[in-house]
Amino acid sequence: MIRSLPYSKTYGLSFKLYIILYFTFLFAPLLVTCVLAFNDSQFPSLPWKGFTFEWFTGNLPERVGIFHDQINLDSIWVSVRVAFFVTLLSVSVGTCGAFLFEQEDFRFKPVLYFLMLAPLVIPGVILGISILMFSTVLGIHFEETWKLDVGLFRPGFWLVVLGQFSFIATLVTLVVSARLRKFDRTLEEAALNLGANRFEVIWYITLKFLRPAILGSAAVAYLMSFENFNTTLFLVGSEATLPINLYLQVRDGSTPVINAISFLLIVGTSLAALANLYFSRKETQ
Amino acid sequence: MQIDLSVRNVTKKFQEFTAVDSVSFEVEKGRFFSILGPSGCGKTTLLRMIAGLTEPSSGTIEIRGESMIGIPPNKRPVNLIFQHLALFPMMKVGENIAFGLQRRGENKTVIKKKVQAILERVDLLGFENKKIDQLSGGQKQRVAIARCLVLEPAVLLLDEPLGALDLKLREQMKVELKKLQAKVGTTFVYITHDQSEALVMSDSVAVMNHGEFEQIDTPQNLYNKPKTPFVAQFVGDNNAWSGRVRQCNESTIEVETVDGFIFSTKVKETLQPGTEVDLFLRPEAMLIQPDPNISNLNRFEVVVKSILFDGANSQLLANPLNADTELLIALPQNRQYDYIQVNDKIEIGWDEESGICFPRK
Amino acid sequence: MKRQTRWGLFLFITPVLLWLFLLIVLPHIDLLIMSFRTENDSGDMMWSVSNYLNFFHEPIYWLTFVRTAIYSVLVTLLTFIIALPVAFYITKVVAPRFQGFLTLLLLLPFWVSELVRVYGWMILLRESGVFNHFLLKLGILNKPIEMLYNDATMVLGLVYTSMLFMVVPLLSVMESLDNSLIEAAYDLGANMWTILFRIIIPHATPGIVSGSIVVFMLTLGNYLTPNLIGGKNSLWFTEQIYNQFIASFNWNQGAAFGFLLLFLSSIAVWLGLKLTKQSLRKVVQ
Repeated sequence: MIRSLPYSKTYGLSFKLYIILYFTFLFAPLLVTCVLAFNDSQFPSLPWKGFTFEWFTGNLPERVGIFHDQINLDSIWVSVRVAFFVTLLSVSVGTCGAFLFEQEDFRFKPVLYFLMLAPLVIPGVILGISILMFSTVLGIHFEETWKLDVGLFRPGFWLVVLGQFSFIATLVTLVVSARLRKFDRTLEEAALNLGANRFEVIWYITLKFLRPAILGSAAVAYLMSFENFNTTLFLVGSEATLPINLYLQVRDGSTPVINAISFLLIVGTSLAALANLYFSRKETQ
Repeated sequence: MQIDLSVRNVTKKFQEFTAVDSVSFEVEKGRFFSILGPSGCGKTTLLRMIAGLTEPSSGTIEIRGESMIGIPPNKRPVNLIFQHLALFPMMKVGENIAFGLQRRGENKTVIKKKVQAILERVDLLGFENKKIDQLSGGQKQRVAIARCLVLEPAVLLLDEPLGALDLKLREQMKVELKKLQAKVGTTFVYITHDQSEALVMSDSVAVMNHGEFEQIDTPQNLYNKPKTPFVAQFVGDNNAWSGRVRQCNESTIEVETVDGFIFSTKVKETLQPGTEVDLFLRPEAMLIQPDPNISNLNRFEVVVKSILFDGANSQLLANPLNADTELLIALPQNRQYDYIQVNDKIEIGWDEESGICFPRK
Repeated sequence: MKRQTRWGLFLFITPVLLWLFLLIVLPHIDLLIMSFRTENDSGDMMWSVSNYLNFFHEPIYWLTFVRTAIYSVLVTLLTFIIALPVAFYITKVVAPRFQGFLTLLLLLPFWVSELVRVYGWMILLRESGVFNHFLLKLGILNKPIEMLYNDATMVLGLVYTSMLFMVVPLLSVMESLDNSLIEAAYDLGANMWTILFRIIIPHATPGIVSGSIVVFMLTLGNYLTPNLIGGKNSLWFTEQIYNQFIASFNWNQGAAFGFLLLFLSSIAVWLGLKLTKQSLRKVVQ
């Protein structure tokens, strides 16, 4: 039963046990990954051979730590850049979308709204292949008609950005819309009445109000982009993003460097998540 | 006298529904003008058209002689106090007040000076850096007023700003608002459904019903000389008693009520015998056990049904002898009538001058 | 006023239209067209349904398809059964002061990349993994066994990866369930199971539907988890798509497969909504 009702001891205990099991299930793989990042062994497995930082800082021929592992470092840098542009694009377009669907009226609005939701139901793999095919068709068309070789149409950095943006923008639109729906539109009228034009109203009043939602969705967009695999898999060119790069390594046998990277990712994203939570709590208070 | 606001034949239609129907009025500079009407009568739509937030279907609105048709709300010299005030929660008190000045591009030191001056005027000196949600209801009210007044509008529009306050604070703000208006001298156009707010504060009041103005007059005239049955009933308490004209000689008519009482009363226009009429009697026009020496009184007997004690506003609920009509009779609290009990039979008298008759439509 | 609103509409609608048409609508039309094109004997492209016929003629294709669908349903069901008590415990049973902390703990692992989480399971379960290490130490096994690369592990991995998308909607929908409803039912003599089926589940339906749709879709479209821990025998349909695109370079066949997968996930969403009489708009909110 619920906390305000009396319940039997067995009920309480078994429920508690279940929750403990659930959390073990949740954290076991992450914990093991982190711990093995510090094992002084050539393989990410037990037995424990002693504590070492070498998988982070080492620079020996047989043991290259992550800080000296150029390929992995490069892929992190690619991911950082991709995520930056994806966030920028999806937050700006998603915010436009929120304004469009919440505040404007036009014909075919339900159709467009449905289209906006579509990326939620399209598997990421399909998004990836359809964008890949379409860009290739466009590329061939440009080349045959105008003898133009447009780099954007080949798998690579910008195609990855576009592919990830295509569904992350939906997420931003939904998050910002939810907040915009709570906005009291008389505030806009009040600002108009005090002499602000439409642009100033949006800038000083509406966007200020939306700020927590925009910042929150930007953080989520960044993380989603940083971790995306399914869509990216088909669009990636010579510059592999971190998940793609890690996938190739994991598939072909792994070293504790992957644990070290995972450790950094776990710590980094946890801190980011905590910070995001902290600030969003603070904003809403 | 300069006319600050002139509204001529303004109509607003929403599809089939006419919210405002050919309304015209003028407000002189420095006056406190109220529009009084029940909710849904179109008063908010009218106000929004003056502010420019809604476009009229037809008619003209002029502010200080300039036509406002097609001028967007941010370019009009009027400001509006919203029903729920619409203070910007993301800004501090000072930033809220400075918002309009900044939009005009005034320089920083001037803005600072003006904000300080207006804060002092509304007794909020030192509140500049407070957040909106730290303020009490009355303080928010004053910030909203300051935010508009700092722009020195030609006309300040107020959309039932006291509606959200509790009773005590509302009484207090009524007086405060009236004093403030007298002090700043800005033209106020105030809309409300609360007749007491309109009567207490205004120089003149327009009573609105179903999108039309029924009467524009001073509060005293609205109360004492209502021009339509709606005004008679909406402004202050009134007893309505239907009947028929028996006789009419010049300005006095004789009315027989549905339950057979015969009264004489003054009228402005002559009414043909046989005309169906509504007779309106204010509770305080009915005197309890009047002095038998007073002449020109319509006298009749009532049975007390209940005593509605409400301090100075106490009333008796009574039926005329052998009739069902319910009457409210003022019960002055000067202890003179303490003897009256429920089911007592008492005599009531009212002066010919104090009844008002309208032909039934 | 009028002119300004039009200006605003134009400003908001342009980026949204560009996004939806260039990245969603046109690529998917292209995908559909491509799936109906094949090379004839002389090497020219022509219209045909042979890509779809291939799918039905080759048992490996349609068996994989059916297998993927069935396993996705199973994963969705398991995720729901595991997540429901957790959501209930956190919102209704545990002392309120632990509520925030437990919710945070619940969400934390999902901020970490899917790849890292799958990798964690790999080092836990493989032949040289942590699990085997402890089982050997405890004397339960005398020879390490391979726990990866079978269907059970794959389902476990899929349940694990998509857990978040079930837990979050369940948490929010449970949060909105008024405790007094449960108390009232209890007071009227209901037992735990009656309360579960007559009060909690009907109230939680919107959350269950949206959670199930997302979990089903993500599982269906997952590539990483089946590929890494389902091993060579995983036979997940996304792998077929990947093979057609990247290995066989038969894009037209891949497009047909992609469209079939899209069709399946759309049908599932539509069915889910129809059966529970929900609208997509309501579910995303």
